[in-house]
Amino acid sequence: MGTSQKNNGDNERDPRYKGLDRVLKRLQFQQSGLIEVLTSAQEAFGYLPEEVMIYIATQLKLPFSWVYGVATFYHFFSLKPQGKHTAIVCLGTACYVGRSSEILDAISKEYDLDPGQTTPDGELTLSTARCLGCCGLAPVVVFDNQILGQEAPETTVEKIKEVVGGKIPAKAVSSC
Amino acid sequence: MSVVTLTIDDKLVSAPANTSLLSSIQEQGIDIPTLCHLKGLSERGGCRLCVVEMEGNPRLFASCVTPVAEGMVVRTNTAKLLKYRQMMIELLMAQRNHVCAVCVQNGHCELQTLAAKLGVTSVRYDYMCPDLPMDASHERYVIDHNRCILCARCIRVCDEVEGAHTLDMGGRGVQSRVIAGMNQPWGTSRSCTGCGKCVQVCPTGALFKKGSSAAEMVKQHDFLTWILDGREKKIWHWR
Amino acid sequence: MANLAGGPTAGTVKGEQSVMNVMNRQELLEMAQSELDRQNTFRCRLLICASTPCISSGALAVEDAMRKAVEAEGLQTEIEMVGTGCLGPCSRGPLVTVQVQEEPDVIYERVTVELAPQILAKHLKGASVPELDARMLSYDWPFFAKQKKLVLSESSTLNPERIESYVARGGYMALGQVLREMTPEEVCAEVAKSGLRGRGGAGFPTGLKWDMVRKAPGERKYVVANGDEGDPGAYMDRTLMESDPQRVLEGMAIAGFAVGAEQGFIYVRGEYPLAAKRLEKAIRQAERRGLLGSRILDSKFNFRIDIRMGAGAFVCGEETALMQSIMGRRGQPVPRPPYPANRGLWGGPTLINNVETFGNIICIILKGADYYASFGTDKSKGAKIFALAGKVNNTGLIEVPIGITLREIVYEIGGGIRDCRPFKAAQTGGPSGGCIPAEHLDAQMDYETLQKLGSIMGSGGLIVMDDQSCMPDVARFFMEFCMDESCGKCGPCRGGTVQMHRILSKITNGSAIMEDLDTLEDLCLLVKETSLCGLGNTCPNPVYSTLRYFREEYESHIKDHYCPAGVCQFTEKPLRSA
Repeated sequence: MGTSQKNNGDNERDPRYKGLDRVLKRLQFQQSGLIEVLTSAQEAFGYLPEEVMIYIATQLKLPFSWVYGVATFYHFFSLKPQGKHTAIVCLGTACYVGRSSEILDAISKEYDLDPGQTTPDGELTLSTARCLGCCGLAPVVVFDNQILGQEAPETTVEKIKEVVGGKIPAKAVSSC
Repeated sequence: MSVVTLTIDDKLVSAPANTSLLSSIQEQGIDIPTLCHLKGLSERGGCRLCVVEMEGNPRLFASCVTPVAEGMVVRTNTAKLLKYRQMMIELLMAQRNHVCAVCVQNGHCELQTLAAKLGVTSVRYDYMCPDLPMDASHERYVIDHNRCILCARCIRVCDEVEGAHTLDMGGRGVQSRVIAGMNQPWGTSRSCTGCGKCVQVCPTGALFKKGSSAAEMVKQHDFLTWILDGREKKIWHWR
Repeated sequence: MANLAGGPTAGTVKGEQSVMNVMNRQELLEMAQSELDRQNTFRCRLLICASTPCISSGALAVEDAMRKAVEAEGLQTEIEMVGTGCLGPCSRGPLVTVQVQEEPDVIYERVTVELAPQILAKHLKGASVPELDARMLSYDWPFFAKQKKLVLSESSTLNPERIESYVARGGYMALGQVLREMTPEEVCAEVAKSGLRGRGGAGFPTGLKWDMVRKAPGERKYVVANGDEGDPGAYMDRTLMESDPQRVLEGMAIAGFAVGAEQGFIYVRGEYPLAAKRLEKAIRQAERRGLLGSRILDSKFNFRIDIRMGAGAFVCGEETALMQSIMGRRGQPVPRPPYPANRGLWGGPTLINNVETFGNIICIILKGADYYASFGTDKSKGAKIFALAGKVNNTGLIEVPIGITLREIVYEIGGGIRDCRPFKAAQTGGPSGGCIPAEHLDAQMDYETLQKLGSIMGSGGLIVMDDQSCMPDVARFFMEFCMDESCGKCGPCRGGTVQMHRILSKITNGSAIMEDLDTLEDLCLLVKETSLCGLGNTCPNPVYSTLRYFREEYESHIKDHYCPAGVCQFTEKPLRSA
């Protein structure tokens, strides 16, 4: 494969690469640490930009396609930038039986978003989860990492509106 | 090397221990359908066409990844197996856009041949008709995802024989797709050596040489044993 | 593919080289005693449940309010506040337990910030607070009384973030006993004698598995705890890891000794950051005390544990896929044989058990296999944790002896169906399990009975449904889940789940015809019998079991465009007439 010299200049300037280097070092550049490295990259950058994946592949001495294959296999990794705020609607069994799909529809209608999409202004990303393990509180919505339990369509939309603002009419563009 | 005896379709046969059931079945001249298996590559056990029934066990076993064992009693061709194999072929046909009449591989395609052999005349499932691109950026080869059955032969040959690992599987489930590099146009991948092994092992028209028009593409799978035995054992099998 | 060689170099993956202390048994006992002495200096202990559900209902704010009240009264030396593991009735959180010396413990449900200072007033000053009396939970309440806590026995009282708390309750005594008095063979035999079966779902006898790994030749062996609890509606493993992390670690160390492994991995589902945080803390504390790491408890036994986080893939709960994921690859299952017991991580023999299985080990060692085997049925011993959810009055986490009937769980522990509606079905085992209808309410909850009914024990999710749940819709929900989570490696699961989902969607939107039911049933059998891994083998169960028990509901959807539960909207016209 040969090493990639691309972007090395930028890497030195971007402090987030330094954090990545620390993780790489802690894992002793072992190829088996790929998922850990990708996870910390996702946390640092908010998503996995291509040049970051190339950087990781180069450092771990893995083929590009291997890294890309792993990154697209797991739900956690996103190859597109995420919105400033995130709303995750749990679609686990208990929440589904508690009609969480209606909450999803309400948010989806309010902001004209499909699950997995971000509003054009980059404010809100709507996504779904397969059980967050809070079934006693079903239906559950996670808004900006805060768990909201026993939700109803109107209350959830209200809470999101308070932070994100009202309806955004333009059609959503990016999808993950 | 120790030898085990087993029964395949009522016939007592012997086989070296630690070999696959599939090789014993094929040695008996039984024409068992396979798609992801290819001699010379690691076994994937993914297409499940080579499943067999085993006496005393309610489960079915993919023979390519099942080692032979003493006293095994195996059936390779029952009505149930035929029905399942037909369904598997139909599921593959429904998943992508397999239109034989306009395919370069028409007449030399393993999927088409198997479908004919197993008597698949129509597909009972909804066609999914995914909107898939064709990547012709490589100077010599083309990958057409519409014909791909995700057998991963190309990925394995690229990793195990050529050692370039340009190709891999991206995505998951029914969205899985063979990718080159960072899912970039194949032609821009710096790791591809252009050896063409992936094209030769592809069972369908998903990978083909540029310049082949419909029904022109004939593939040679046996080059694999040629180079592998040549490299490792210094034996070259002339056909 | 390739690169099979080269595992991690022993004991290096996590940084932080803490100074390894060696602790012997005497010092362990001293540590336990000094913690007990410390606890006894307090007149009153306030235990606040600090597991995820209670935290999301506001436990942290309640804790804060109580702390302020304690400080305002200047009672810091008399009252200890402890954030504990899970108590069980999660929908009633935040839960607070009050322990006053020489008085029985009292549990309060739904404690609010306003009520928090009142607790102090009531218990220390004898004030009468009727609002609190109304929120008292009695230990005679069937939700508690019907349970048998073998794994979660300590979770409601100990502080998961302090190893001393665990040691004071007898922690690491089992490991000490094993290292001092038993041989690996004896440990395996004891576990086998207890009749413990894998709690991950399939129910393979644990002792037998341990013995297989022990006997397997291999220089480097591994122990893996599977905490990738993917079933929607199940959170037993999360609760155990959050509430009593040291118990899981101790169980793994005992397993390591029994099979001859020096490296363990605990694979935590990515959605469980709190569990991972507490486990990490627990590992660090245990290593610092010489209870994990090198020369554990002054013996020759070394054992390290590293955490691996999942990244969101249900299929990684399957053992071969989980191992792929630990090795940093796509989590796709690999055909067995070779079984992990012979060739697992980096080619070494690997023991994989569910975290709940490891949680059972302590009880077996400390109280004996015979005591453990006195619970449960002939073929399934001990107790099982279930996550009770859905339309019952009391939802939450319960640990019950195996063999308890579904009726007891739903009507006694669960307190019956909400709003007095009729019971329709209970779904066990998540997307791999099936629905149990009302006529089987008296079925025993054990591995064999559930399998006979077309469901599985699974990891322990138990979702109760009333007459407002539509069975074809539930089946469609689970199939959508399996379709999304199918890894795509084998053809029948990849294509079959998509086609089954299409048919179920057609049934629920009114565009199906009767022939589709036959196609659906055929697909169920194909996927079940020919798929590569457990996900494919079991994913038709929800469809198959609802077809078996609620066929008339499917037919009324197709023929009459009528959904008895009133869930489905029939927007589509049939494409072909039946």
